[in-house]
Amino acid sequence: MAEGKAPDTSKAWARVKHALTGRPSRGQWVVAALFLVLGFAAVTQVRATNDDDFAGMRRDELVTLLETLDSADERLTQQRAELAETQRRLQQSSERNQAAIDETRRAADTLAILAGTAPAVGQGVVITIEDPDETVLAGPMLNAIEELRDAGAEAIQVNGVVRVVAQSYVTDDANGAVRIDGREIKRPFVIEAIGDSHTLDQAVMFRGGLADQVEALGGEVDVEQVKSLEVTALAEEREAEYAQPAR
Amino acid sequence: MIAVLGLVVGVALGLLFEPTVPAGLQPYLPIAVVAALDAVFGAIRAYLDGRFDDKVFVVSFISNVLIAALIVFVGDQLGVGSQLSTGVIVVLGIRIFSNAAAIRRHLFHA
Repeated sequence: MAEGKAPDTSKAWARVKHALTGRPSRGQWVVAALFLVLGFAAVTQVRATNDDDFAGMRRDELVTLLETLDSADERLTQQRAELAETQRRLQQSSERNQAAIDETRRAADTLAILAGTAPAVGQGVVITIEDPDETVLAGPMLNAIEELRDAGAEAIQVNGVVRVVAQSYVTDDANGAVRIDGREIKRPFVIEAIGDSHTLDQAVMFRGGLADQVEALGGEVDVEQVKSLEVTALAEEREAEYAQPAR
Repeated sequence: MIAVLGLVVGVALGLLFEPTVPAGLQPYLPIAVVAALDAVFGAIRAYLDGRFDDKVFVVSFISNVLIAALIVFVGDQLGVGSQLSTGVIVVLGIRIFSNAAAIRRHLFHA
Protein backbone atom coordinates (compact mmCIF):
# COMPACT_ATOMS: atom_id res chain seq x y z
CA MET A 1 0.00 0.00 0.00
CA ALA A 2 1.49 3.31 -1.09
CA GLU A 3 0.59 5.55 1.76
CA GLY A 4 3.85 7.50 2.00
CA LYS A 5 3.26 10.63 -0.08
CA ALA A 6 -0.14 12.24 -0.22
CA PRO A 7 -1.62 11.69 -3.70
CA ASP A 8 -2.60 14.66 -5.79
CA THR A 9 -6.37 15.03 -5.44
CA SER A 10 -6.88 17.39 -8.37
CA LYS A 11 -5.06 15.02 -10.72
CA ALA A 12 -7.28 12.15 -9.61
CA TRP A 13 -10.47 14.15 -10.20
CA ALA A 14 -9.20 15.17 -13.61
CA ARG A 15 -8.75 11.50 -14.44
CA VAL A 16 -12.29 10.75 -13.27
CA LYS A 17 -13.62 13.58 -15.42
CA HIS A 18 -11.62 12.36 -18.39
CA ALA A 19 -12.94 8.86 -17.90
CA LEU A 20 -16.54 10.03 -17.77
CA THR A 21 -16.44 12.51 -20.65
CA GLY A 22 -13.60 11.55 -22.94
CA ARG A 23 -13.95 9.35 -25.98
CA PRO A 24 -13.76 5.72 -24.95
CA SER A 25 -10.47 4.14 -25.85
CA ARG A 26 -10.09 0.53 -26.88
CA GLY A 27 -9.17 -0.36 -23.31
CA GLN A 28 -12.37 1.14 -21.99
CA TRP A 29 -14.41 -0.99 -24.36
CA VAL A 30 -12.75 -4.07 -22.96
CA VAL A 31 -13.37 -2.90 -19.43
CA ALA A 32 -16.99 -2.23 -20.30
CA ALA A 33 -17.37 -5.75 -21.67
CA LEU A 34 -15.96 -7.25 -18.50
CA PHE A 35 -18.19 -5.01 -16.38
CA LEU A 36 -21.15 -6.25 -18.39
CA VAL A 37 -20.22 -9.81 -17.59
CA LEU A 38 -19.73 -8.90 -13.93
CA GLY A 39 -23.12 -7.15 -13.66
CA PHE A 40 -24.83 -10.05 -15.39
CA ALA A 41 -23.19 -12.63 -13.13
CA ALA A 42 -23.86 -10.63 -9.99
CA VAL A 43 -27.56 -10.19 -10.77
CA THR A 44 -27.86 -13.86 -11.70
CA GLN A 45 -26.28 -14.90 -8.41
CA VAL A 46 -28.45 -12.51 -6.40
CA ARG A 47 -31.58 -13.84 -8.06
CA ALA A 48 -30.52 -17.44 -7.52
CA THR A 49 -29.84 -16.72 -3.87
CA ASN A 50 -33.23 -15.08 -3.42
CA ASP A 51 -35.11 -17.72 -5.39
CA ASP A 52 -34.16 -20.69 -3.32
CA ASP A 53 -32.51 -20.77 0.04
CA PHE A 54 -31.14 -24.28 -0.34
CA ALA A 55 -29.99 -24.42 -3.94
CA GLY A 56 -26.67 -22.69 -3.24
CA MET A 57 -25.82 -24.72 -0.17
CA ARG A 58 -23.16 -27.38 0.11
CA ARG A 59 -23.90 -30.95 1.02
CA ASP A 60 -22.42 -30.80 4.50
CA GLU A 61 -24.34 -27.60 5.20
CA LEU A 62 -27.54 -29.34 4.16
CA VAL A 63 -26.69 -32.32 6.35
CA THR A 64 -26.09 -30.04 9.32
CA LEU A 65 -29.35 -28.25 8.61
CA LEU A 66 -31.20 -31.54 8.41
CA GLU A 67 -29.71 -32.70 11.69
CA THR A 68 -30.67 -29.45 13.36
CA LEU A 69 -34.22 -29.82 12.10
CA ASP A 70 -34.34 -33.43 13.26
CA SER A 71 -33.24 -32.60 16.77
CA ALA A 72 -35.61 -29.63 16.90
CA ASP A 73 -38.42 -31.90 15.77
CA GLU A 74 -37.53 -34.44 18.45
CA ARG A 75 -37.38 -31.76 21.12
CA LEU A 76 -40.72 -30.30 20.09
CA THR A 77 -42.37 -33.72 20.01
CA GLN A 78 -41.15 -34.38 23.53
CA GLN A 79 -42.32 -30.96 24.61
CA ARG A 80 -45.72 -31.61 23.13
CA ALA A 81 -46.04 -34.88 25.01
CA GLU A 82 -45.10 -33.15 28.25
CA LEU A 83 -47.61 -30.40 27.68
CA ALA A 84 -50.35 -32.89 26.83
CA GLU A 85 -49.58 -34.69 30.08
CA THR A 86 -49.76 -31.43 32.00
CA GLN A 87 -53.03 -30.58 30.31
CA ARG A 88 -54.46 -33.98 31.22
CA ARG A 89 -53.37 -33.57 34.84
CA LEU A 90 -54.81 -30.09 35.09
CA GLN A 91 -58.07 -31.20 33.51
CA GLN A 92 -58.34 -34.08 35.96
CA SER A 93 -57.66 -31.89 38.95
CA SER A 94 -60.09 -29.27 37.70
CA GLU A 95 -62.76 -31.96 37.31
CA ARG A 96 -62.04 -33.13 40.87
CA ASN A 97 -62.23 -29.54 42.07
CA GLN A 98 -65.52 -29.06 40.27
CA ALA A 99 -66.95 -32.17 41.93
CA ALA A 100 -65.76 -30.95 45.32
CA ILE A 101 -67.28 -27.54 44.66
CA ASP A 102 -70.62 -29.10 43.67
CA GLU A 103 -70.60 -31.28 46.77
CA THR A 104 -69.76 -28.34 49.01
CA ARG A 105 -72.43 -26.21 47.39
CA ARG A 106 -75.07 -28.91 48.00
CA ALA A 107 -73.98 -29.20 51.62
CA ALA A 108 -74.05 -25.42 51.97
CA ASP A 109 -77.60 -25.28 50.55
CA THR A 110 -78.78 -27.95 53.00
CA LEU A 111 -77.09 -26.22 55.90
CA ALA A 112 -78.49 -22.84 54.86
CA ILE A 113 -82.02 -24.26 54.97
CA LEU A 114 -81.34 -25.80 58.38
CA ALA A 115 -79.81 -22.57 59.66
CA GLY A 116 -82.69 -20.60 58.20
CA THR A 117 -80.46 -18.32 56.15
CA ALA A 118 -81.95 -19.37 52.80
CA PRO A 119 -85.57 -19.45 51.64
CA ALA A 120 -87.04 -22.92 51.06
CA VAL A 121 -89.83 -24.42 48.93
CA GLY A 122 -91.65 -27.71 49.29
CA GLN A 123 -94.79 -29.50 50.40
CA GLY A 124 -96.00 -29.00 53.92
CA VAL A 125 -98.77 -27.73 56.15
CA VAL A 126 -100.23 -24.35 57.08
CA ILE A 127 -101.50 -24.36 60.68
CA THR A 128 -103.77 -21.52 61.78
CA ILE A 129 -104.38 -21.09 65.53
CA GLU A 130 -107.22 -18.79 66.51
CA ASP A 131 -107.76 -17.94 70.15
CA PRO A 132 -110.19 -15.04 70.59
CA ASP A 133 -109.49 -14.93 74.33
CA GLU A 134 -105.72 -14.73 73.83
CA THR A 135 -105.22 -17.85 75.90
CA VAL A 136 -102.59 -19.53 73.73
CA LEU A 137 -99.21 -18.41 75.05
CA ALA A 138 -95.61 -19.51 74.69
CA GLY A 139 -96.17 -22.97 76.13
CA PRO A 140 -98.55 -24.36 73.52
CA MET A 141 -96.62 -22.47 70.82
CA LEU A 142 -93.33 -24.13 71.78
CA ASN A 143 -95.18 -27.40 72.01
CA ALA A 144 -96.50 -26.95 68.48
CA ILE A 145 -93.00 -26.23 67.15
CA GLU A 146 -91.58 -29.27 68.97
CA GLU A 147 -94.31 -31.51 67.58
CA LEU A 148 -93.61 -30.28 64.07
CA ARG A 149 -89.87 -30.86 64.49
CA ASP A 150 -90.59 -34.33 65.84
CA ALA A 151 -92.61 -35.01 62.69
CA GLY A 152 -89.65 -34.05 60.54
CA ALA A 153 -90.39 -30.45 59.63
CA GLU A 154 -87.40 -29.07 57.75
CA ALA A 155 -88.25 -25.38 57.66
CA ILE A 156 -90.71 -23.55 59.88
CA GLN A 157 -91.86 -19.96 59.83
CA VAL A 158 -94.49 -18.20 61.94
CA ASN A 159 -96.78 -15.53 60.51
CA GLY A 160 -94.40 -15.25 57.57
CA VAL A 161 -92.05 -13.06 59.61
CA VAL A 162 -90.08 -15.31 61.92
CA ARG A 163 -88.03 -18.30 60.82
CA VAL A 164 -87.85 -20.91 63.53
CA VAL A 165 -84.32 -22.34 63.78
CA ALA A 166 -82.27 -24.26 66.35
CA GLN A 167 -81.53 -21.19 68.44
CA SER A 168 -85.10 -19.84 68.38
CA TYR A 169 -86.81 -19.18 71.70
CA VAL A 170 -90.45 -18.50 72.57
CA THR A 171 -91.44 -16.09 75.34
CA ASP A 172 -94.51 -14.34 76.75
CA ASP A 173 -94.38 -10.67 77.45
CA ALA A 174 -96.25 -8.71 80.14
CA ASN A 175 -99.13 -7.80 77.83
CA GLY A 176 -99.98 -11.41 77.03
CA ALA A 177 -98.32 -11.29 73.61
CA VAL A 178 -96.15 -14.15 72.33
CA ARG A 179 -92.64 -13.35 71.14
CA ILE A 180 -90.39 -15.60 69.09
CA ASP A 181 -86.70 -14.57 69.05
CA GLY A 182 -87.84 -11.39 70.78
CA ARG A 183 -90.22 -10.48 68.00
CA GLU A 184 -93.90 -10.05 68.73
CA ILE A 185 -96.22 -12.48 66.94
CA LYS A 186 -99.69 -11.15 66.26
CA ARG A 187 -102.80 -13.28 66.49
CA PRO A 188 -104.02 -15.34 64.74
CA PHE A 189 -100.87 -17.44 64.56
CA VAL A 190 -100.04 -18.96 61.21
CA ILE A 191 -97.35 -21.63 61.33
CA GLU A 192 -96.02 -22.82 57.99
CA ALA A 193 -93.88 -25.95 58.02
CA ILE A 194 -92.17 -27.75 55.14
CA GLY A 195 -92.00 -31.52 55.44
CA ASP A 196 -94.12 -34.57 54.70
CA SER A 197 -97.54 -32.90 54.80
CA HIS A 198 -99.45 -35.98 55.98
CA THR A 199 -97.04 -36.67 58.86
CA LEU A 200 -97.10 -33.03 59.90
CA ASP A 201 -100.91 -33.05 59.81
CA GLN A 202 -100.96 -36.11 62.06
CA ALA A 203 -98.45 -34.50 64.44
CA VAL A 204 -100.92 -31.69 65.08
CA MET A 205 -104.19 -33.57 65.06
CA PHE A 206 -103.42 -36.65 67.16
CA ARG A 207 -105.48 -37.18 70.29
CA GLY A 208 -104.06 -35.12 73.12
CA GLY A 209 -101.91 -33.19 70.69
CA LEU A 210 -101.76 -29.52 69.84
CA ALA A 211 -105.31 -29.33 68.49
CA ASP A 212 -106.80 -30.78 71.65
CA GLN A 213 -104.67 -28.54 73.85
CA VAL A 214 -105.72 -25.39 72.02
CA GLU A 215 -109.35 -26.40 72.02
CA ALA A 216 -109.15 -26.97 75.77
CA LEU A 217 -107.90 -23.39 76.03
CA GLY A 218 -110.90 -22.18 74.02
CA GLY A 219 -109.11 -21.75 70.70
CA GLU A 220 -109.37 -23.39 67.37
CA VAL A 221 -106.77 -25.08 65.15
CA ASP A 222 -107.04 -25.41 61.42
CA VAL A 223 -104.54 -27.51 59.44
CA GLU A 224 -104.25 -27.31 55.68
CA GLN A 225 -102.00 -29.60 53.64
CA VAL A 226 -100.27 -27.71 50.85
CA LYS A 227 -98.48 -29.14 47.80
CA SER A 228 -96.10 -26.23 47.44
CA LEU A 229 -95.22 -23.97 50.29
CA GLU A 230 -92.73 -21.13 50.34
CA VAL A 231 -90.83 -20.29 53.49
CA THR A 232 -89.33 -16.88 52.86
CA ALA A 233 -88.63 -15.52 56.33
CA LEU A 234 -84.92 -15.63 57.11
CA ALA A 235 -83.15 -16.08 60.40
CA GLU A 236 -80.22 -13.87 61.25
CA GLU A 237 -76.91 -15.47 60.43
CA ARG A 238 -74.76 -15.69 63.52
CA GLU A 239 -71.27 -16.89 64.15
CA ALA A 240 -70.61 -19.20 67.07
CA GLU A 241 -68.79 -17.08 69.64
CA TYR A 242 -67.69 -19.75 72.08
CA ALA A 243 -68.22 -23.08 70.40
CA GLN A 244 -65.32 -24.16 68.22
CA PRO A 245 -65.29 -27.22 66.02
CA ALA A 246 -63.75 -30.03 68.07
CA ARG A 247 -61.06 -32.04 66.30
CA MET B 1 -18.27 6.29 -18.73
CA ILE B 2 -18.64 3.40 -21.08
CA ALA B 3 -17.56 1.07 -18.29
CA VAL B 4 -20.40 2.25 -16.09
CA LEU B 5 -22.75 1.82 -19.04
CA GLY B 6 -21.48 -1.74 -19.44
CA LEU B 7 -22.25 -2.49 -15.81
CA VAL B 8 -25.76 -1.06 -16.14
CA VAL B 9 -26.40 -3.02 -19.33
CA GLY B 10 -25.17 -6.21 -17.63
CA VAL B 11 -27.51 -5.71 -14.68
CA ALA B 12 -30.38 -4.93 -17.06
CA LEU B 13 -29.70 -8.07 -19.07
CA GLY B 14 -29.59 -10.13 -15.93
CA LEU B 15 -32.93 -8.75 -14.80
CA LEU B 16 -34.43 -9.14 -18.26
CA PHE B 17 -33.50 -12.74 -18.98
CA GLU B 18 -33.76 -14.05 -15.44
CA PRO B 19 -31.12 -16.70 -16.09
CA THR B 20 -30.79 -19.66 -13.80
CA VAL B 21 -27.34 -20.60 -12.59
CA PRO B 22 -26.20 -23.90 -14.12
CA ALA B 23 -25.88 -26.54 -11.45
CA GLY B 24 -22.17 -27.06 -12.11
CA LEU B 25 -21.40 -23.37 -11.62
CA GLN B 26 -23.48 -22.92 -8.52
CA PRO B 27 -20.73 -23.14 -5.88
CA TYR B 28 -18.31 -20.98 -7.93
CA LEU B 29 -20.39 -18.05 -9.11
CA PRO B 30 -20.59 -16.15 -5.79
CA ILE B 31 -16.83 -16.44 -5.25
CA ALA B 32 -16.20 -15.48 -8.86
CA VAL B 33 -18.35 -12.37 -8.51
CA VAL B 34 -16.45 -11.27 -5.40
CA ALA B 35 -13.13 -11.93 -7.11
CA ALA B 36 -14.26 -9.84 -10.09
CA LEU B 37 -15.27 -7.04 -7.70
CA ASP B 38 -11.76 -7.16 -6.26
CA ALA B 39 -10.28 -6.83 -9.74
CA VAL B 40 -12.60 -3.89 -10.48
CA PHE B 41 -11.57 -2.00 -7.36
CA GLY B 42 -7.94 -2.72 -8.09
CA ALA B 43 -8.46 -1.33 -11.61
CA ILE B 44 -10.10 1.85 -10.35
CA ARG B 45 -7.25 2.41 -7.95
CA ALA B 46 -4.68 1.84 -10.69
CA TYR B 47 -6.54 4.26 -12.96
CA LEU B 48 -6.48 6.97 -10.33
CA ASP B 49 -2.81 6.25 -9.78
CA GLY B 50 -2.35 6.92 -13.48
CA ARG B 51 -0.92 3.49 -14.21
CA PHE B 52 -3.98 1.71 -15.48
CA ASP B 53 -3.37 -0.80 -18.24
CA ASP B 54 -6.32 -2.47 -19.90
CA LYS B 55 -4.32 -5.59 -20.62
CA VAL B 56 -3.34 -5.94 -17.00
CA PHE B 57 -6.95 -5.40 -15.99
CA VAL B 58 -8.29 -8.07 -18.34
CA VAL B 59 -5.71 -10.57 -17.21
CA SER B 60 -6.20 -9.83 -13.52
CA PHE B 61 -9.98 -9.94 -13.86
CA ILE B 62 -10.03 -13.32 -15.59
CA SER B 63 -7.27 -14.85 -13.49
CA ASN B 64 -8.92 -13.63 -10.27
CA VAL B 65 -12.17 -15.30 -11.25
CA LEU B 66 -10.48 -18.49 -12.36
CA ILE B 67 -8.24 -18.79 -9.31
CA ALA B 68 -11.14 -18.12 -6.95
CA ALA B 69 -13.20 -20.82 -8.67
CA LEU B 70 -10.22 -23.16 -8.62
CA ILE B 71 -9.67 -22.70 -4.91
CA VAL B 72 -13.31 -23.45 -4.20
CA PHE B 73 -13.17 -26.46 -6.48
CA VAL B 74 -10.09 -27.84 -4.76
CA GLY B 75 -11.67 -27.12 -1.40
CA ASP B 76 -14.77 -29.03 -2.39
CA GLN B 77 -12.65 -31.97 -3.49
CA LEU B 78 -10.79 -31.93 -0.17
CA GLY B 79 -13.99 -31.63 1.83
CA VAL B 80 -13.17 -28.17 3.20
CA GLY B 81 -15.12 -26.27 0.54
CA SER B 82 -17.17 -24.08 2.82
CA GLN B 83 -14.22 -23.14 5.04
CA LEU B 84 -12.01 -22.40 2.08
CA SER B 85 -14.61 -20.27 0.33
CA THR B 86 -15.06 -18.35 3.54
CA GLY B 87 -11.30 -17.78 3.60
CA VAL B 88 -11.30 -16.61 -0.01
CA ILE B 89 -14.14 -14.21 0.73
CA VAL B 90 -12.26 -12.82 3.73
CA VAL B 91 -9.06 -12.25 1.76
CA LEU B 92 -10.88 -10.66 -1.16
CA GLY B 93 -12.88 -8.51 1.26
CA ILE B 94 -9.69 -7.22 2.87
CA ARG B 95 -8.24 -6.41 -0.55
CA ILE B 96 -11.42 -4.62 -1.60
CA PHE B 97 -11.32 -2.55 1.56
CA SER B 98 -7.68 -1.55 1.13
CA ASN B 99 -8.28 -0.65 -2.53
CA ALA B 100 -11.34 1.36 -1.57
CA ALA B 101 -9.23 3.17 1.04
CA ALA B 102 -6.64 4.06 -1.61
CA ILE B 103 -9.38 5.33 -3.96
CA ARG B 104 -10.78 7.41 -1.12
CA ARG B 105 -7.38 8.95 -0.47
CA HIS B 106 -7.03 9.83 -4.13
CA LEU B 107 -10.39 11.49 -4.46
CA PHE B 108 -10.99 13.08 -1.09
CA HIS B 109 -7.52 13.29 0.40
CA ALA B 110 -8.84 11.49 3.42
